[in-house]
Amino acid sequence: MEYEVVIGMETHVEQSTHSKMFCSCSASFFGAEPNTNVCPTCLGMPGALPVINQRAVEFCIMVGLALNCKIARHTFWERKSYWYPDLPKGYQISQYQCPLCYDGYIDVDVRDLSSGNWTETHYRKRIRIRRAHLEEDTGKLAHAGNVSFVDYNRSGVPLIEIVTEPDIASADEAYAYLSALRDIVRYLGVSSGDMEKGALRGEPNMSLRPKGSDTFGTKVEIKNLNSLRAVRDSIAYEIKRQSRLLDEGDQIRQVTLGWDDARGVTVIQREKEEAHDYRYFPEPDLPPLVIDDTWLEAIRARMPELPLAKNDRFMRDFGLSGYDAMVLTKDRATAEYFEKVVAALCGEKNQGLQAAAKSAANWVTGELFRLMGATGAGIEHVKVDPAQLAGLIQLVDNKTININTARQVFEEMFASGRDAGAIVEAKGLAQVNDEATLSKVVEEVLDANPQQAQAYLAGNEKLFQFLVGQTMKRTKGKGNPQVLQGLLKAALDKRRSQ
Amino acid sequence: MNLCALTIHEARASLGAGHVTATALTRACLTRIHALNPRLNAFLTVNADEALQQAAAADERLRREGAAAFNDQPLLGVPLGIKDVLSTRGLRTTAGSRILEHYTPAWDATCVARLRAAGAVLLGKTNTDEFAMGSSTENSAFGVTRNPWDEARVPGGSSGGSAAAVAADLCCAALGSDTGGSVRQPAALCGITGLKNSYGRVSRYGLIAYASSLDSVGVLAKDARDAAIMLEVIAGHDPHDSTSAARPVEGWEQALNGDIRGLRIGVPREYFIPGMQPEVTEAVRAGIETLRSLGASVIDISLPSTTLALPVYYLIATAEASANLARFDSVRYGLRVPGADLVDTYRKTRGAGFGAEVKRRIMLGTYALSAGYYDAYYVRAQKVRTLIKQEFERAFAQVDLIVAPTSPTTAFKIGEKADDPIQMYLSDIFTLTMNLAGICGVSIPCGFDTAGLPIGMQLMGAAFDEKTVLRAADAFQRNTEWHLRKPAL
Amino acid sequence: MPDPTPAPTLSPAEVERIALLARLDLTEDEKSRYAGQLSAILEYAATLMTVNVDDIPPTATVLDARNVMRAEDIPAPGLSREEALANAPRTDGASFEVQATFDNGD
Repeated sequence: MEYEVVIGMETHVEQSTHSKMFCSCSASFFGAEPNTNVCPTCLGMPGALPVINQRAVEFCIMVGLALNCKIARHTFWERKSYWYPDLPKGYQISQYQCPLCYDGYIDVDVRDLSSGNWTETHYRKRIRIRRAHLEEDTGKLAHAGNVSFVDYNRSGVPLIEIVTEPDIASADEAYAYLSALRDIVRYLGVSSGDMEKGALRGEPNMSLRPKGSDTFGTKVEIKNLNSLRAVRDSIAYEIKRQSRLLDEGDQIRQVTLGWDDARGVTVIQREKEEAHDYRYFPEPDLPPLVIDDTWLEAIRARMPELPLAKNDRFMRDFGLSGYDAMVLTKDRATAEYFEKVVAALCGEKNQGLQAAAKSAANWVTGELFRLMGATGAGIEHVKVDPAQLAGLIQLVDNKTININTARQVFEEMFASGRDAGAIVEAKGLAQVNDEATLSKVVEEVLDANPQQAQAYLAGNEKLFQFLVGQTMKRTKGKGNPQVLQGLLKAALDKRRSQ
Repeated sequence: MNLCALTIHEARASLGAGHVTATALTRACLTRIHALNPRLNAFLTVNADEALQQAAAADERLRREGAAAFNDQPLLGVPLGIKDVLSTRGLRTTAGSRILEHYTPAWDATCVARLRAAGAVLLGKTNTDEFAMGSSTENSAFGVTRNPWDEARVPGGSSGGSAAAVAADLCCAALGSDTGGSVRQPAALCGITGLKNSYGRVSRYGLIAYASSLDSVGVLAKDARDAAIMLEVIAGHDPHDSTSAARPVEGWEQALNGDIRGLRIGVPREYFIPGMQPEVTEAVRAGIETLRSLGASVIDISLPSTTLALPVYYLIATAEASANLARFDSVRYGLRVPGADLVDTYRKTRGAGFGAEVKRRIMLGTYALSAGYYDAYYVRAQKVRTLIKQEFERAFAQVDLIVAPTSPTTAFKIGEKADDPIQMYLSDIFTLTMNLAGICGVSIPCGFDTAGLPIGMQLMGAAFDEKTVLRAADAFQRNTEWHLRKPAL
Repeated sequence: MPDPTPAPTLSPAEVERIALLARLDLTEDEKSRYAGQLSAILEYAATLMTVNVDDIPPTATVLDARNVMRAEDIPAPGLSREEALANAPRTDGASFEVQATFDNGD
């Protein structure tokens, strides 16, 4: 039978505030020695009390606005009670009845990641956001045989919990959703979004049903996914596994699953259990929040253009392909770098905007990304500033250097941070465009390679590139390739007719 | 002169004039504690070494600067007791519970830190009903405190240790906490002055939480003037407590001018009920007459929701307590009784570590919050709480002060009510309304019953009107001597 | 919609359910005692059911303060690790030790 999958996603975003949600301890728990960023409040010592970190509230509102949510104008905190050693107070301060943000949506570009040719094929999907609220993270447990060790450094770090409606209809859509969410929180500076470090934790819940059915099947949850790929692969795996079970007439069990990355399979972590009784009630230690227009607009004013809007603007104004726009807007600093290159190329008049954008995009997504990839440097560590890259592009455009030389020059710029012009001058790399000089080179090459010239004239056209290469060699790579090719063609044609 | 009998203001006069040293005063208190505490069990932990160091430091400063030192250290050299539900740095803090028997915090409650900064000598930690849940100190894991007026009787609770310590002159004054009457009721039963502050007036940071929306730090003192002095030290906004009010510390001692002419006093008929001890009614009526004779006008008022306060209180307080006490899981501090697995360890630890009353309240609160009953119990209780609060607000639009008995009876016998929770709960029936409304009040001695046991009268003021409450209490004490009587020990 | 009328008495099963929810190990004697006492208290609390609270907002806090927040997002030192661990029943000198648990509580 054919099945369709219904997926909802619950995501926890660890904020990158400096201090914790309800106390002033450092929130930088990653890599810290156990229990060194702790105080009476985040250890749940008797008598300790919480105090709200305003920045964390504003970060959550920013995410809500980015997800087109309504923002609660009056909200409060609640205690969610459950027992676990990493939860020091026996309750988590969270929000239940009145989430800070609710009823939103996110538009994402979904690509078919299995086709291999996914660069341009995509569709845009709207995924509704049910709620996004603020809460505190728990500590961490390390298991060692028959004991566990608790480290509370992470206890109380601000978390945003984002819950979608069950609008996600494929593994690729789940990938696209989380990827877009990650880009957004990074753009906003709200979180590192590092799934590997647990700063973004996506937990899909999914069920299968016969295509066209309007009832839901048995739901499973997948936890502990530490990469986008794991999210996609685990869902794809579950679709296959459950389809097979259903085809064989088996029941799906309601379980919580984990993902074994090495083996590429899901494993049962927990069987269905009794419904939790969290005993929510309003947190008496924290007065309510009132979010008025003034505060809301001040927060909104601090938000940058978001990835999808930038993507669409790059396509519209710069005439970029969907692929270029996507890779250039994925990261905010890269997009800003790119825009500065374009601006430097066009000046203030925006002349030749699309042509400038095209060559800037080629350079950034080509050579710059290649060298960044090879050296592992992030965009913020690139020594070539946008104006310098524009300078290099202009040297190519005005034919001072050819494209091959430009690549060499760029490698040098990337290593040293020097200007393109200075490198070209110091190394005498300026392109030779003079036809008389180049004609002489062509004649010399043909004279030196009579057999190859003969063979070409006899029909072996592949040898043309060889001869071009020889002319480039003779000019030490500085000859204008277009001019050389034209002259070589003409010279050979002349010999043919002789 | 019995040094231990000094009030704070008397002690300051003597210390400032050099008639007595803080060390002598502290030694006198420690000696008296040594002599009487085995009988009374008012102190759970005596902080003798540190107290003497604090006293020596105070003497050092007093020698150099004399009374001028009180300008920025108003409690310099004054020996005080601290209820054992307040976190004290380096000093064992048990909350009267087996589960915290060996717990020593690394940090001070804000009010304790403020006492230290004011130069106070911290004599030790006083007994309390376990986690401040009780009206007699019979729920302390470390034994009942005995009433200095009759050692067969309870001192009231839960701040019974502090009340007995002050009444028995083991210290000048003491901190207590009041969630449903835990400062006022023991003050009444021990014949001293007990100030319950408005919710938010004093930081709760470091007060081991019982019911967070009702808990307040209060003062047990020998007179209203001392209560005012203490309040000036411990009051004021604390950035560590989001529910501490951003209100200025007022000159409460300065405001004690003895003049209550024109003060409008309301007497709520719901606070004089059949079944209460007739001597209590008579003494409080007489006290009201005294206030009238001092120039106050007295009118009858009605607070009809009073009868609902008890169930509202027990639903809200126990619900909050059930969450507040969830942190006692044996992971980071406190008792651990190992079980078969982690859940079993939790259950065994809490089963053994908590006493009967605490477990009863955790059970009730857990039930009230659990799925299916939340709206019927907890939300409904919060709505009735609104009615109670509104009633007080309407009353205070009409009167400046409401006067009523603090407790329906004088001190009862140890064990008398121990097996009947509702009877025990009823002893707080006149006090817990104030916690629900968040207002302030003071209990002052207004007479004695035929058995020679003290009777307390409660003066209730609007939220953050401690000034009126203290002024009226002080005016009453300028014209009566109930508060000067001492138990024969 | 009217509030559902709560069960006036607690069954032994319900007492056990609440005791587990509250992580309390109760003796049989305690269970039967609490069942009776809690039922009596709940019966007493039933007087609240007679009050008309339509349109009455709940009071979660008596304070009218709103938006009480820490404006500076600046880390400050808390307790040292020694202080943090000082009262723990068992540690390895760096972390708090508990019996192994793999189920993640929420």
